[in-house]
Amino acid sequence: MKVLVILPAFNEEKSVGLVVKKIIEMTPYDVLVVNDCSEDGTAEAAKMEGAIVLSHPVNMGYGVSIQTGYKYALKNSYDYLVQMDSDGQHETKSIFTLLGTVESGECDLAIGSRFLGGGDYSMEPLRKIGQCLFGGIASKISKKEFSDPTSGFQAMNRKVIKFFSSDIFPCDYPDADVIIMAHFAGVRIEEVPVVMYRNKTGKSIHSGMKPVYYVFKMFLAIFIILLKDKSSFQKKFNQN
Amino acid sequence: MPTRQKVVVLLIGFSIFFTIIYLVREKKLKEEYSWLWLLVGTCILSVSLNYDLLLFFTELTGAVLPTSTLFFFGLVSLVLICLQFSIRISQLTEEHKKIVQKIAIMDQELEMALDVKRKCQVPLEEESPVQCSPDSHQGESLRS
Repeated sequence: MKVLVILPAFNEEKSVGLVVKKIIEMTPYDVLVVNDCSEDGTAEAAKMEGAIVLSHPVNMGYGVSIQTGYKYALKNSYDYLVQMDSDGQHETKSIFTLLGTVESGECDLAIGSRFLGGGDYSMEPLRKIGQCLFGGIASKISKKEFSDPTSGFQAMNRKVIKFFSSDIFPCDYPDADVIIMAHFAGVRIEEVPVVMYRNKTGKSIHSGMKPVYYVFKMFLAIFIILLKDKSSFQKKFNQN
Repeated sequence: MPTRQKVVVLLIGFSIFFTIIYLVREKKLKEEYSWLWLLVGTCILSVSLNYDLLLFFTELTGAVLPTSTLFFFGLVSLVLICLQFSIRISQLTEEHKKIVQKIAIMDQELEMALDVKRKCQVPLEEESPVQCSPDSHQGESLRS
């Protein structure tokens, strides 16, 4: 059984090495760092600790970085994939919890929820509102409770890796829209309690004016998904 | 339409038309992007040469002045051109994404192949023989 842990990274020189080291020490899995054209020594720090490093020649953003990881996993015949942040927010031990849920066949995609597990995670009020709003929409549509739709700590099987490697994957802030799309495609999704810590660097993909665009994009993406023919998602997911 | 206005509109129309033809001829503008501009140029020329046509469109759109009709169609043309550019930019963004992802994966594969090659060139003192194939990891974990 081949498992790949992917870490999208942009200017994470200080933390990525430590995260890779921890994963390599604690798990037997391959670690892939997708370096999104960092200006610091992210790639070198990751390589030094034994990670496979893919470097984008230009900065493409979080969504494209994780999709590069999916494509690499698909090309190199990995059976399972775990994605997590490279800033040390996600507890390495939780990899086993996430992966275990997918490996057991309970689901195709396991999403780690910071609100179901332990950890010292607390959120800014604005993010909390967005989280509740889009989590609520995703829960309502899929008729399944989602407490943490923005979680980047996930595990998936090969079928989902293939589905997310296709053009259908929204690389622009993949969040609640991915959950809704996956639900319509017939992907079995489970939320699993994981441990997450507060981001100490304060860096976020939701900084500056981005939250405004994020809210607009998410509403539009969800609306478009609802307008689309649901069987097209199923066809894509069940394609061999 | 007063002659002076007619001359100005004709001059603008011909300038747009010939600039676009020149740019396409010099390969500075692709035919794909030129057709909408040419259409706009042709419309301006047709309307300025045939005032009755402008009056017809003014009546059709319910505008009071023929100049308003010209401005209205000018704006609509610009919106259409912007929309065409947005569609093309979206396509290019998608293609750009795929190329960047492919380069990143191929770059890593190349580095790995070079690494294997380097290992193969190491003197024979190596205890265990190295499998000299860049695809030697296919199907199995890199760490197992």
